[in-house]
Amino acid sequence: MPRHKLIASESDVSIEVDEGKDNEFSLYYVEVEENSKGGQDKQATRDGKRRRERNGEVSRRRASEKRSTEMGNKRAEKKHEKHHKTTRKEGEKHRKRPRRSADEQEAENESSKEKKNIKNERTKTIKLEDEQEKDVKKKRKKHVKNEEDDANPGKTKQKDCQEVALKEKKKKRKKPETTSESESQSESNSESESKDNPAVGVLGSLTPEELEKLKEAVDERKKLITTLKGKPWPMKKKLVILRESQEFVEKYEGALGKGKGRKLYAYKVLMMKKWMKFQRDLENFKTACIPWEMKIKEIESHFGSSVASYFIFLRWMYGINMILFGLTFGLVMVPEALMGKPYGSMPRKTVPRVEEASAMNFAVLWDFGGYAKYSVLFYGYYNNQRAIGWLKFRMPLSYFLVGVGTVAYSYMVVIRTMARNANEEGGGDDTSFNFSWKTFTSWDYLIGNPETADNKFASITTSFKEAIVEEQESRKDDNIHLTRFLRVLANFLVLCCLAGSGYLIYFVVRRSQKFALEGLENYGWWERNEVNMVMSLLGMFCPMLFDVISTLENYHPRIALQWQLGRIFALFLGNLYTFIIALMDAIQLKRAEEEIVKKNMTIWQANLYNGTVPDNSTALPITVHPADVPRGPCWETMVGQEFVRLIISDTMTTYITLLIGDFFRAVLVRFLNNCWCWDLEYGFPSYSEFDVSGNVLGLIFNQGMIWMGAFYAPCLPALNLLRLHVSMYLQCWAVMCCNVPQERVFKASGSSNFYMAMLLVILFLSTLPAIYTIVSIPPSFDCGPFSGKNRMFDVIQETLETDFPAWIGKVFSYASNPGLVLSFLLLLVLAIYYLQSTSKTYKRVNMELKKKLQTQNEENKKKNKLAALKAANELEQAKKAGEQRRNSASDLGVNEESSSIDEAGHRRQPGQNGRFIHPSQSHHTQNSEPPVSSTHTTTRPPASRGHTASGHLPGHPQKNAHSNRR
Amino acid sequence: MDYTNDPDVKVPLALIVNMPELKENPFRNRIVESFSEDGQGNLSFNDFVDMFSVLSEMAPRELKAIYAFKIYDFNVDNYICKEDLEKTLNKLTKEELTPEEVNLVCEKAIEEADLDGDSKLSFADFENMISRAPDFLSTFHIRI
Repeated sequence: MPRHKLIASESDVSIEVDEGKDNEFSLYYVEVEENSKGGQDKQATRDGKRRRERNGEVSRRRASEKRSTEMGNKRAEKKHEKHHKTTRKEGEKHRKRPRRSADEQEAENESSKEKKNIKNERTKTIKLEDEQEKDVKKKRKKHVKNEEDDANPGKTKQKDCQEVALKEKKKKRKKPETTSESESQSESNSESESKDNPAVGVLGSLTPEELEKLKEAVDERKKLITTLKGKPWPMKKKLVILRESQEFVEKYEGALGKGKGRKLYAYKVLMMKKWMKFQRDLENFKTACIPWEMKIKEIESHFGSSVASYFIFLRWMYGINMILFGLTFGLVMVPEALMGKPYGSMPRKTVPRVEEASAMNFAVLWDFGGYAKYSVLFYGYYNNQRAIGWLKFRMPLSYFLVGVGTVAYSYMVVIRTMARNANEEGGGDDTSFNFSWKTFTSWDYLIGNPETADNKFASITTSFKEAIVEEQESRKDDNIHLTRFLRVLANFLVLCCLAGSGYLIYFVVRRSQKFALEGLENYGWWERNEVNMVMSLLGMFCPMLFDVISTLENYHPRIALQWQLGRIFALFLGNLYTFIIALMDAIQLKRAEEEIVKKNMTIWQANLYNGTVPDNSTALPITVHPADVPRGPCWETMVGQEFVRLIISDTMTTYITLLIGDFFRAVLVRFLNNCWCWDLEYGFPSYSEFDVSGNVLGLIFNQGMIWMGAFYAPCLPALNLLRLHVSMYLQCWAVMCCNVPQERVFKASGSSNFYMAMLLVILFLSTLPAIYTIVSIPPSFDCGPFSGKNRMFDVIQETLETDFPAWIGKVFSYASNPGLVLSFLLLLVLAIYYLQSTSKTYKRVNMELKKKLQTQNEENKKKNKLAALKAANELEQAKKAGEQRRNSASDLGVNEESSSIDEAGHRRQPGQNGRFIHPSQSHHTQNSEPPVSSTHTTTRPPASRGHTASGHLPGHPQKNAHSNRR
Repeated sequence: MDYTNDPDVKVPLALIVNMPELKENPFRNRIVESFSEDGQGNLSFNDFVDMFSVLSEMAPRELKAIYAFKIYDFNVDNYICKEDLEKTLNKLTKEELTPEEVNLVCEKAIEEADLDGDSKLSFADFENMISRAPDFLSTFHIRI
């Protein structure tokens, strides 16, 4: 900081000059004082700063004039006035100090209007000047030196003291300069000029105060170096400043003993860069790990987010099934296959003699009979041995717990996902800048691949279309009564449809039961498959009907989709429950059969022993081949088989309809179009649209089947996984090659939770029958892990009794005491109630806060608009005034022109300019920016000193120039 | 080209625009133009460095906002007016929106972001809007 030092050392010499300049400052303050009385207008601080800057110039100019003419005069007057003013000063000082900056700004705004008055009352001005000068000086002193702060106000009476104060002021002024220098190139240029002075030699002789300042300057420079990157300057300028600052820091940092941090800094920067790169790679890796992300993105870009939402849902489902598969495969199927008794060792693990011939036929295997039935895929294969293998794996317990665990896990995941979705919907849905964000931030500047770019163009277009649809929906206001009537009508029609189909199903099921009782052999193909056929036909045509009906309602497509989903859901539920009822009937039949087999079994055993080796208990039991042993029907395996068949047929139907309905249709339309009498592509068949609702429901019901059947057929999750995997690829391909985007592309933001809600309902409905069968129907006597037990859940009790110490069993028996259970239930209910009510309150508070924020935003907007209007008006007025002034003071043409160019120009008064202007200083007026020469140390208005604490100069040239350019 | 003897070489727009990082960018011409000193897209080395320093990940949001404003200000009048928005939109969507749709989007965008009611976006409006945009920082950068 050589210049500072120079000035500091010179300050004694330059007192005279300073004093002259001080007058100028005081003049400035006079204006302030005068104007602050009348001025109440508020303006942006930016403008204020500029004006202050300019004000400084004006006063500087004036002062230089005055210096020659009035100085002696003034000083004499000053002395006279002092005695009168001291008391008044005190009061003013207290009042003014805290409000200094505000007063200044107000004053400046008004100054142009008031200037003439000031000019007229010249003597008065001078008096005030003196008072003001002293006031300022005193303040300076207080800032700088504590001793002087303590000193009495009488000090100002003495001239020498004033000079001391000036010196102090001189030093003090350097502080603001350092901050400004660091930010403006011009100043740092001037800085570099004076930098040549050897500093190190002088350093030793510096006072601690100056050292402090030097340190500050160095810190400032350092800060500048780090923040230089963020400055909107051209590179050339940045380089110059950087070089200068680095030189400066290097020069003085050593002297101040601060150079050690440099290596550390370099190291930090290096590590920072490494860390950034690592984070970026990690992010890339993460996105690369999400399966099918690119496929889905591609679909989303062409078909919009609603179609993509189906595929995202499919992917999510795949994840869930992966976990379910892992559980059943790892904890049930593999242990049994590896450690359990091998195939053929027991009756339940062997194909019966009657079926042996056809057990390997493909038709039988396809139907999951034969060898497939007697394998780990189904419940019946598992043995009821408590612990298997060298690991002593508790097979029945594991089977039971996995069955319960899959359902519990599914509940947990679905509910957690729902909660998360709800959170996201509640939180980050700020649409206040929807369109402008879409316009300005949707292009990803990273894209460098032509294909990706094409996708991005498509997706941006789609998203704009979505947004436009939303916007138009919100603008639309039709005849509300008509719409209401139509909606009610539509719902009535749909209800009729549902009731009709429900009755039809009921009727058909009753009929089929009658047929079953009479024996199916007497009836033809239709009677045997009546239920299935009716179901499929209903499932095919009812959705179409609903679709037609929903056009009546005139909903937004997203809401229409939800209605459609809900209706088809209701229809499918009927389907599902008919199936379950039929299954229950079948279970009852099987159990009746089982009773008969049990009786025959004892007879068969008796025959076996009594007939061949009578009364010989010591002899080895006769080894009958397990295939020959009579066995029960094993209803659990039957249930599992039914579900597996259902899944298989469902999958096949999906794939075949996909091929025929989408692919062949597309092929026909595409190639027959050339030789057809009407336009197939835009006419009747056209290409198909992707049916989001149907596909989502298919997926959901499919999952419901999995949950219901997984307990009796551990292979179901694996099958489903396979199915989902194939359908992911197949459907992605089908969508991209055979479908056309919907006419009205819409955003699917809210639907994912709707899917989840349906999934939850299905999960609940599918666990009900499973739980019912587990709890209330005794397991088969000769197959499955629970054979021989009264109920399936007895396995828990057994484990508690045999594998755990006795006291745990006791604890459990106490815990299952109805009194405890009831009170626990009560507690649960209370907790749920409490949590629900608190969450409701939170929600309400949240909504209120949101509303408040919104209204505040709107108010701000309005206020800003008003302020802008006002400012525009003022600008107009100022321009007019400026023109008038120009006319009246045409003799000062050059100076006036420059002053009225910008909005702040009206700050200047023609009269004063005319009176005080000095030829040597007039070049300042040509320049709307503050002077950039090295003389600026003395030209800064004293007002800036009040702001030094904030480290932010009011008249900051760079910032002003920048903000005005905008 | 003798770079050592004549360091003030300027690379014309046509060359810069074809570099892989910019080739697919619909605003490539504007980017290069707004970073060039002459406004015509001829970049000196300093301008070039400048461009990628602003578009790097490390650049602060304010800086990016300033240059983003320059880029989207097609007619260089220091305001983003309706014509600028229309151009932006047509570049973004490859002119696949109908004129009415473009009009609607432009009107909505101005209505949303315009704070001072002059039916064009000044830098203050733009900055206010862009400072809240969730993915401005993640999309407005180029890796080289």
